[in-house]
Amino acid sequence: MRETAAQFEQPCLMFSGGKDSLVMVHLARKAFWPAPIPFPLLHVDTGHNFPETLELRDRLVKKIGAKLIVRTVQESIDRGRVKEEEGPNASRNMLQITTLLDALKELKADSALGGARRDEEKARAKERFFSHRDRFGQWDPRNQRPELWHIFNGRRHPGEHFRIFPLSNWTELDVWEYILMQSIEIPSMYFSHEREIVERDGVLLAKCDYISLLDGETWKRETIRFRTVGDMTCTGAIRSTAATLEEIIEEVASARVTERGARADDMRSEAAMEDRKRQGYF
Amino acid sequence: MDLLRFTTAGSVDDGKSTLIGRLLYDSRAIHQDQYEAIERASAVQGNGAINLALLTDGLRAEREQGITIDVAYRYFSTPQRKFIIADTPGHIQYTRNMVTGASTAELAIILIDARNGVLQQSRRHGFIASLLQIPHILVAINKMDLVGYSEEAYREIVADYREFVQRVDIDDVVFIPISALEGDNVVEQSDRMDWYRGPTILHHLETVKVGEGRNVVDFRFPVQYVLRPNQNFRGYAGRVVSGSIAPGEDIVVLPSGQESRVHSIVSMENDIQRARAGDSVVITVEDDIDIGRGEMIVRRRNQPQITRSIDADICWMSEQPMKTNRRWILQHTTRNVQAVVGNVIYRMNIDTLHRETADTFGLNDIGRIEFELADPLFVDAYRVNRETGSFILIDPDTNNTVAAGMIRGAAQHVPPVGRVTVMERPVSPGVVWDDLYIPREERERRQGHQAAVIWMTGLSGSGKSTIARALEKRLFEQGVRTMSIDGDHVRHGLCGDLSFSEADRTENIRRVSETARLFFEQGSITICALVSPYRQDRAYPRHIIPEGNFLEVHVDCDLDICKDRDPKGLYRKALDDEILDFTGISAPYEPPENPELLLQTHALSVEECVDRIVAMLVTQGIIQDIP
Repeated sequence: MRETAAQFEQPCLMFSGGKDSLVMVHLARKAFWPAPIPFPLLHVDTGHNFPETLELRDRLVKKIGAKLIVRTVQESIDRGRVKEEEGPNASRNMLQITTLLDALKELKADSALGGARRDEEKARAKERFFSHRDRFGQWDPRNQRPELWHIFNGRRHPGEHFRIFPLSNWTELDVWEYILMQSIEIPSMYFSHEREIVERDGVLLAKCDYISLLDGETWKRETIRFRTVGDMTCTGAIRSTAATLEEIIEEVASARVTERGARADDMRSEAAMEDRKRQGYF
Repeated sequence: MDLLRFTTAGSVDDGKSTLIGRLLYDSRAIHQDQYEAIERASAVQGNGAINLALLTDGLRAEREQGITIDVAYRYFSTPQRKFIIADTPGHIQYTRNMVTGASTAELAIILIDARNGVLQQSRRHGFIASLLQIPHILVAINKMDLVGYSEEAYREIVADYREFVQRVDIDDVVFIPISALEGDNVVEQSDRMDWYRGPTILHHLETVKVGEGRNVVDFRFPVQYVLRPNQNFRGYAGRVVSGSIAPGEDIVVLPSGQESRVHSIVSMENDIQRARAGDSVVITVEDDIDIGRGEMIVRRRNQPQITRSIDADICWMSEQPMKTNRRWILQHTTRNVQAVVGNVIYRMNIDTLHRETADTFGLNDIGRIEFELADPLFVDAYRVNRETGSFILIDPDTNNTVAAGMIRGAAQHVPPVGRVTVMERPVSPGVVWDDLYIPREERERRQGHQAAVIWMTGLSGSGKSTIARALEKRLFEQGVRTMSIDGDHVRHGLCGDLSFSEADRTENIRRVSETARLFFEQGSITICALVSPYRQDRAYPRHIIPEGNFLEVHVDCDLDICKDRDPKGLYRKALDDEILDFTGISAPYEPPENPELLLQTHALSVEECVDRIVAMLVTQGIIQDIP
């Protein structure tokens, strides 16, 4: 993070309200303390957020005095930049890309810090800490700079920018252990609770205004928790009774499914993540 | 819990991906959805069984081509340790990937296919591991199932590779016979190789000592970022890359040389009593001095080299070949300086480990270069400090990282290999060549003959050594002071460190020439019998010995006859590819254009040859007529 602040003119920190971005904010505070975080937090809001996440976001920003910028997919739709997907599996996940790229352009951001990790998915295993994006925000897996030792090359031409992933070498378990060790507050949906859900193609989706039932589906009340908190339309829950960080760590350590395994968007095709990344997704 | 970062090298065919898949699978690091995904993909590819390699072959383009094209990182843990794998493809084109993966690794697994034995590629991987100073090497001899779990096959490969390891800089090497496919000795001990009593791969990974590569002695703190939240606070943020520091200790700032003392080491939670290698911290100092990014805080009594020119080993990583006449940006710790190539010292042929003459470096080339820098750097040799001994080169036009560099030290200004032309003999600085107390002429007068250097060149087996021995005997019997230097003999001692590459042959000739000159000055008729295949090399002794006293004898013989004679069995080995760069077979021989004497040994007896040389010596006035 310090390397980002030192090498770039206009960084920002991608903030989703999920546990990884909360860890990122915590690390940023520590990196620059006693000075404030020298760049704004950018939240790309799909409009389909869990309310708990937004509440925590606003409280945190107020507490640490950070600058928060919110850009919504709804604005992009209203301005005709993107068109809403239709059908029962409609998701704004793909639409975020346009909103994100527009926001980065508007902020003249030359770097965006993200909490993505290489253990999340195969296409991310080769991601760099400093990941180069061309003028169109695109990622070319064949045109990434080699990263050696702890030396990071953030030199760029005007218009190009970097995605920077300080947590690249962390695993999901590392994140949870760090949250426990540093007592970082996270949204309540990560902990076990009762909620109305529907099971669709093996994914448990939470009841909300943006999901309509298909024939034969019914809302059921179950004890669940979320392993990631993205867009409500595609973030799956798991059946769990883990109600404390210690229990979550135990559950993650013995888990049989990766956290992205509960996300419907990745199951669309085997190379789904790679395709999204090429277009500018995180 | 400690962390071990290791890298794996080997080609697709060595079963590298299968080994990693096996490690992840048997250590329960594979999740159910990942397993199901590869189950689906295995079915699509029609491989029949579950293909564990699919776990690691990440990108779509690679899967389609069936190869891995970049460094992929994997994570797993056992109750003992966490692991980060830098999985690098071992293909010849992918030297740069292995260098990248090796730069942060503490251990390298080198895979060898038990059926193929030690290939050039296995040596290349070992060489890169030694160049990057990876502390531990694990040689996994894979596919033991396909050689019937044979102990003999295993031992043979171990012996071969050990022989190689002695020639490079590797401290710790462990061999393990495995079958990644069947799982033998990967996680579980194999019951099919009861002759092997060592650890399994995972056991070794869990128990090998970590942290040895880290320098805990020399405190180095490259300033990364300056924190100035208000008038009362000025903190220097950075990572302690080596050594440690505590409040109250004396420091000096480079390059300005300003001295001060550490006031405090601060963090969000509390002040820190001692910051150690690897810690990212904020340091405040007692005096009000201005320090910026790219400067380095060190101890007063333990400073790095401050230099504007460095010698470094580099690995070229760009598709565009290196241009020696341009400017690069050299990024070293948090400091960027402009750099130009002062001198290409050599390029390493990493298959033969020969040092070669070079003008440029292409993708994946490795070699040594002297750089001139626009501003000073604060460096340590890479072998004592990876952090302050490493750098990258950036092309200022494309901004791409084009090379990785490992610093040997401040430049020694050594001449390039193979470029020691007759006009530029290396001269040791500070040494003056005084005339000898007893001049050669005095010695010649007393012994009754002149000194000379007879240089016999020709193919192996042409008869040089035989003629030289007979000649020396004849001269010695006549009371002539003689000395003979045989090409094979010097290879055992004086030149025992040299290979048969072009560059090393040149060095060999230079050393023999200088040795011959010492004997020449002492008054001897010095007989040198060396293949010495290159004209340019033979120009060297001719240049340093006075005209008329250097006599080049071309011992000429038909190649087929030499092959038939083959007195040392070398041609057979060369034809079997056991010897590389063998003159006449796989390396050229340039015959002399104007030798003082031509001896065609397929037409002359040894005695006749000796007669002709003696006759020449007489004609030249070097010796009196021998009755």
